[in-house]
Amino acid sequence: MRFLDEYRDAEAAGPLVAAIRRTVTRPWALMEVCGGQTHSIVRHGLDALLPPEVTLVHGPGCPVCVTPVAILDQALALAGRPEVTFCSFGDMLRVPGSAKDLLQVKSEGGDVRIVASPLDALALAERLPEREVVFFAVGFETTAPANALAVHEAARRGLRNFSILVSHVLVPPALEAILASPRRRVDAVLAAGHVCAVMGTAEYAPLAARHRVPIVVTGFEPLDLLQGILLALRQLESGRHEVENAYGRVVRDAGNRLAQARVEDVFEVVPRAWRGLGEIPASGLGLRPAYAAFDAARRFGVEAVGGPESAECRSGEVLQGLLKPPDCPAFGTRCTPDHPLGATMVSGEGACAAYHRYRRIPEPAAP
Amino acid sequence: MCLGVPGRILSVGEDGLRTARVAFGPVVKEASLAFVPEARPGDHVLVHAGLALEVIDEAAAAKVFEALRDLEAANGEGP
Repeated sequence: MRFLDEYRDAEAAGPLVAAIRRTVTRPWALMEVCGGQTHSIVRHGLDALLPPEVTLVHGPGCPVCVTPVAILDQALALAGRPEVTFCSFGDMLRVPGSAKDLLQVKSEGGDVRIVASPLDALALAERLPEREVVFFAVGFETTAPANALAVHEAARRGLRNFSILVSHVLVPPALEAILASPRRRVDAVLAAGHVCAVMGTAEYAPLAARHRVPIVVTGFEPLDLLQGILLALRQLESGRHEVENAYGRVVRDAGNRLAQARVEDVFEVVPRAWRGLGEIPASGLGLRPAYAAFDAARRFGVEAVGGPESAECRSGEVLQGLLKPPDCPAFGTRCTPDHPLGATMVSGEGACAAYHRYRRIPEPAAP
Repeated sequence: MCLGVPGRILSVGEDGLRTARVAFGPVVKEASLAFVPEARPGDHVLVHAGLALEVIDEAAAAKVFEALRDLEAANGEGP
C-alpha cells in the first residue's frame, strides 16, 4: 500500500542507522509514547539496530492498558444486561476486569460485538431500535473525534437507544506526570503521530521548554521511527529541546481543527484514573452536560461499580518506562497472553504483549 | 488503538457524514470524510476508527526520501 510499504524498506534504513551511529556520543534514553510505535520497534527489531548508548523506553500510549479495572467492571456490568448490545474495539475483549473479561460475558450469552468504528455502533443502534446499543469509548485524542462524531450524530438523528461508556485519556497530562517524576529516566520523547494529527503540536512546546526535553512528532513505520530517533538525538547532542515534526505527511502544526471543534463540542476535560498510574488531574475527556443523555454509565446507573487493581501486575512501572517487560517477575510465567494479569499483556499495543510475541530469546554472551 | 491506515478515496457519498469508499490495497471499506472537507477521490487519507483524520501530504511524504538521499550522500563521504 502506498504511504506504508515504502516506509518499511530495510535497505533505506541503512543510511538512517549510520547517521544515528555518527550522531551519538553518550548514553540517552528516548521514550516512544504510543504503544503502536512500541510494537513496530519490537516487531522490526529497531532497538537492536541502534548503538548501545541509545535506550528506548516504552510509554503510556496504550489506551487499553491504562483503562482502570473500575471502568472494565462497568463495561462487564453493562454487557451482561439483557437489553444491551455492547460494542467494542476487539482489543478490549480479553482485558481482565476484577472477576472476568468481556469475552467471558459473551460466552455466557451477553450480546457483545466487535466493531471497527463507533459509527458502526451508531448504525447498529439505528438498525436495532429495540436494543440499547452501548459503545465502549476508550482511546486517546486520536479516537476522540470519531466518538464525538458518533454522539453528535446520535443527538442529531434523535437516536435514544445509543450511548457510550467513556474512558477517554489525554497524552500531554500523562507526559507531564512522567517528565516531572523524580524517577524520570527519559531524555527525549517521540510523540505519538496520530494524536498530533488531531491535536497539532502546540500543546507540546510548554512541555519541551519546562522539562528541557526534545519532543519529536513521530510516525509508526520503521523509517518514520528511525527518522524521529535521529532528530531527537541530534537535539540532545547539540543541547536543544524543541518540538520537531518528523511526520509531516500526516501532521500539520495546527492539527485538524474541525475534529478538534467537534471534540470540544461533545467532551470536556475531566480528571481520570489511569490503570497503574493512578488519578491524574485534567487528564481525560467526559461527556459535556448537554450530551449527558448519551452517558451509558449514568443511563444504566453503573457509575459506582468497580473493583481494585491486580496487586501483582507491575504495568504501572512498565507504562512509565521504569520497568522493561521481561524484568517483571511474572512475565511469561504467571502472566501470559492467555492468562494475563494486566492489560499490557493482552492489548495489541501493550509493551508486555510486544515482548512476549516478538522478542527473540537473548543469545548467551560470548565466552 | 491509535493505528491509522493510509487509503485512497474511490468515491464520496452525499450523506451528512460524507461517507466515502476508501481502498486500502485490495480491501475497500467505508470511512467518513466529515473532518476533511477538502478530500477528493484520488486523494490519500489517513483513516482511524472509520474516520479520515487527515489528507496525506504528498510533498511532505516525498521530503522524507529526499532527506534519506542526502543522508546516503553524507554517509558516503565518511566521518
